[in-house]
Amino acid sequence: MAAVTPEVLTSTHVEKMKKKKLPKRYWEETEKTDQSQRRPEEEQGKAGQNQNKSTVKEKSLKRKNGESLEKKDPFPGEAPIPQKQLQKFQRGKKCKVPAGARERLKEAIAISEAMSEHAQKQAARYDLLLPEDAGFLEGDEDEDTNTISQADIADAVDITSGSKYFNLHLSQFGPYRLDYSRTGRNLLVGGKKGHVACIDWQTKDLKCEMNVMETVNDVKWLHTEAMFAVAQKRWLYIYDSKGVELHCVKKFNDVLRMQFLPYHFLLATASATGFLQYLDVSIGKEVAAICTKMGRLDVMAQNPHNAVIHLGHPNGTVSLWSPNQKESLVKMLCHRGAVRSLAVDKTGTYMVTSGLDRKLKVYDIRAFKPLHSCFLPAGASCLSLSQRGLLSAATGEIVQVYQNVLGSNPVSKPYMAHRLRGQIWGLAYCPFEDVLGIGHGEGFTSMIVPGAGEPNFDALDTNPYRSHKQRQEWEVKALLEKVQPELIGLDPGQLSKVDQASFEQRHKEQIEALGFDPLAKDKFKPKTKKKGRSSAGAIEKRKRKVAHEDQRDEIRQSVQERTEREKELKEKSNEKKLGNKSTLDRFRK
Amino acid sequence: MKVKVLCRNPDDYVRETTRDIQRVPRNYDPTLHPFEVPREYTRALNATKLERVFAKPFVASLDGHRDGISCITKHAKSLSTIISGACDGEVKVWNLPRQECLRTVQAHEGFVRGICSRFCGTSFFTVGDDKTIKQWNWEAPGYGVREEPINTILGKAVFTGIDHHQREGTFVTCGQTVDIWDEQRSSPIRSFSWGVDSFSCVRYNPVETELLASCASDRSVVLYDTRESAPLRKVIMQLRSNTLCWNPMEAYYFTCANEDYNLYTYDIRHLDVPVTVHMDHVSAVLDVDYSPTGREFVSASFDKTIRIFPKDKGHSREVYHTKRMQHVICVRWSADNKYVLSGSDEMNIRLWKANASEKLGLLSAREKAATHYNKKLIEKFQHHPQVRRIARHRHLPGDILKQKRELREMREARRRKEQNVRKHSKPGSVPLLTEKEKHVVAVVE
Repeated sequence: MAAVTPEVLTSTHVEKMKKKKLPKRYWEETEKTDQSQRRPEEEQGKAGQNQNKSTVKEKSLKRKNGESLEKKDPFPGEAPIPQKQLQKFQRGKKCKVPAGARERLKEAIAISEAMSEHAQKQAARYDLLLPEDAGFLEGDEDEDTNTISQADIADAVDITSGSKYFNLHLSQFGPYRLDYSRTGRNLLVGGKKGHVACIDWQTKDLKCEMNVMETVNDVKWLHTEAMFAVAQKRWLYIYDSKGVELHCVKKFNDVLRMQFLPYHFLLATASATGFLQYLDVSIGKEVAAICTKMGRLDVMAQNPHNAVIHLGHPNGTVSLWSPNQKESLVKMLCHRGAVRSLAVDKTGTYMVTSGLDRKLKVYDIRAFKPLHSCFLPAGASCLSLSQRGLLSAATGEIVQVYQNVLGSNPVSKPYMAHRLRGQIWGLAYCPFEDVLGIGHGEGFTSMIVPGAGEPNFDALDTNPYRSHKQRQEWEVKALLEKVQPELIGLDPGQLSKVDQASFEQRHKEQIEALGFDPLAKDKFKPKTKKKGRSSAGAIEKRKRKVAHEDQRDEIRQSVQERTEREKELKEKSNEKKLGNKSTLDRFRK
Repeated sequence: MKVKVLCRNPDDYVRETTRDIQRVPRNYDPTLHPFEVPREYTRALNATKLERVFAKPFVASLDGHRDGISCITKHAKSLSTIISGACDGEVKVWNLPRQECLRTVQAHEGFVRGICSRFCGTSFFTVGDDKTIKQWNWEAPGYGVREEPINTILGKAVFTGIDHHQREGTFVTCGQTVDIWDEQRSSPIRSFSWGVDSFSCVRYNPVETELLASCASDRSVVLYDTRESAPLRKVIMQLRSNTLCWNPMEAYYFTCANEDYNLYTYDIRHLDVPVTVHMDHVSAVLDVDYSPTGREFVSASFDKTIRIFPKDKGHSREVYHTKRMQHVICVRWSADNKYVLSGSDEMNIRLWKANASEKLGLLSAREKAATHYNKKLIEKFQHHPQVRRIARHRHLPGDILKQKRELREMREARRRKEQNVRKHSKPGSVPLLTEKEKHVVAVVE
């Protein structure tokens, strides 16, 4: 037996070596055959090797014969995917198999992991098929891109793109607010003095125009191009795309700013009286009205990642709100003076603020930490972030566009700049286009900002080229999967996580829900006894017997704990003492 | 200066003619699809609601019998044919797609106790209260010819059940003994008994074809090997089992329907403890049949409902009942895994969908994809309280609901009592018994 075992071992060893071989490549062919011929010679004389040798020879023969007949794939296996692309489609961390897991659980985890990996790879592969590339602007040597004028850019690009730079001279009803629809096809402008117009801005087709004969504070598209909301002097009005008044919502008064949450069908409004109100536009109900107690609310932004509303306040704080809570989720002190403007990027990672202290600050709102700040001599009255992370800031009469603001590197010189006449009142990037809309005292300007818009849209979500039928279909689908306002919170992915509430937590919640503690011990109630033994005195006596039982239990426990702790301390100190005495102690670190 | 501005050609995004389908360019970038989880959750909730909305399991009722249905059998080869026997000795052959009776035979005097189809699908056997076994041809006799059995065997005692071998020309009957018959002979080639006076059901194992299991009236389930002269072993339970059924895929499991309102799945290798106890019925369970996939089984009960259980779950996933359905005597799962047949006291055979919300007929590719997607969504979010509440809810008739509550109360009281007994007796003297262990009295080899 002893003689046999080493042979077995060697043979298994050889087999293992074979298993470890890398997949064969076409250029390695000649070397391999040499090796396979050489190896049996080296190990000649060993039992169990003969078989191996013969198979190898057969294989090599076969390969030589078949070489001319079948061509081999020079790049076998799947095409590699760049790590960066894979990273983009990573959702959460990989699930680890807990220690001591059963076979069934292990299998389930393995299967689900394999499936999600497959999905991730497929999605990453699909990136190759995306039809469009993002725009860009590069200057010549010693030429700053911010010195290039809009007219030059409009001349340099093709006619269709060139026509995206235009001005609307509307000096009468002065400074304008604006909003682009979600698909980026329609533009809504609202002048302070009551002029409201909606335009298909690419074809320059005027859809409706009217004067509401009242102050207009803000305008906002609702979920489709068919409806928009106008915050007028007293009430909130909703018009359709032909300018017909659909609703006058008198529950919403003195609205200054509005935000529309498209997946929740909620119109969030901030009013001069300090109220933050939510209107569900699908059912026409007020979902929540929150008194912020922060005075006039004229700075507002939404976080597109989690639908939390950010409000800026005159005392320099920014507060975060959800409709489910009467208090703010978070309050952060951002500026020394009042907050003038706010913008949140689409991944919900960064927030950009500007204040009366003429600073521009970038925050990481996952950790609520400032990343960097810079000083703008004129301060920024309006801020806007594009889909690809370009920041535009209105400083006085100049609109400046910054690149690479989001992230840890500090703000450098602007990427582009454009001077206008009149004070700037509204800034908005057009989705899926390289266009920045500017509303100002003298009307409206559409400015070309190369590299601002997301080049590839998803037609099931927002399709700029959708037909009437497709829009109808989309509307039904969107309404069916309307996210309930109860699900708005800081972490939108919370629903998919395991609820790991501890026993105590659950117990606490139960107490809150029930109003009493279901696990509490009943108070001792002495039984009534007959034949005069249940006199008041006797009952009191019996009660006294158990009166301090609980207290005694507690005391007993605490005493026990204390003695244990003391014991431990003693042991530790003993160890230390012993350690001091040892001579090797000086080598300790 | 180098500049590029986004400029899309509409021709790339709009269909060319109105006869084309619309172009739908996709971009799977997660930042373009916010609220993934809440939206998916909403979809799952909608899917769950729709599933309940579309849950209309009742397909058809086959009427024509003049007494309660006592047994149903599927044809061995044809999906669309079934035979049913009634308490007045009448046997009817049915065509399911046309929902009509093809043939009526007055087979016995008194109850028809059991029917089984021959494996080749050319004939079937019936046993009845008149102590006879009759073999009938599947083909109906020509016009004007009297219905006559191919073969009639006169037995000594009443037969209560019959089952045919999977491949050979032998069959087994039960009554006072379990008898194995050759089709060619008029006396049993072997008979088994183990100190009991009657059996209620006997079934061949579908895979290990020489293995038999039977339910006896002394509360036991007995296993036999037809090649041996004596029974193999038996498990004695606290109450009597009415019928049993082998799992067709994992044929070492069988499930028996018990008088104590429960069903028990046993592994024949470990008879001392059932693998699963299936509880939900509120009255004696009368019949059980496995789906051909072996993943689920259906049970019929005296409480006027039929329930569908997953084979490894303790509670049913579905309950079917109608106002008019009385005590359900027999139940069968169709061979295409789509339907369930139930025969009840009030002379009707009912055809149900096995999956209550399934759409019948051909599905388009998009419909199929949508149903798969919805199924997966429901599975993914099944533990969320809202989804679970909707998915689990079943309407029950008032008296069953009342009985259910009562049973729960009784069980709770019993548990409390046991706990108190344990608390006040010597530690270890009252052992903790699991639900599985409670119902088995003994295993006898």
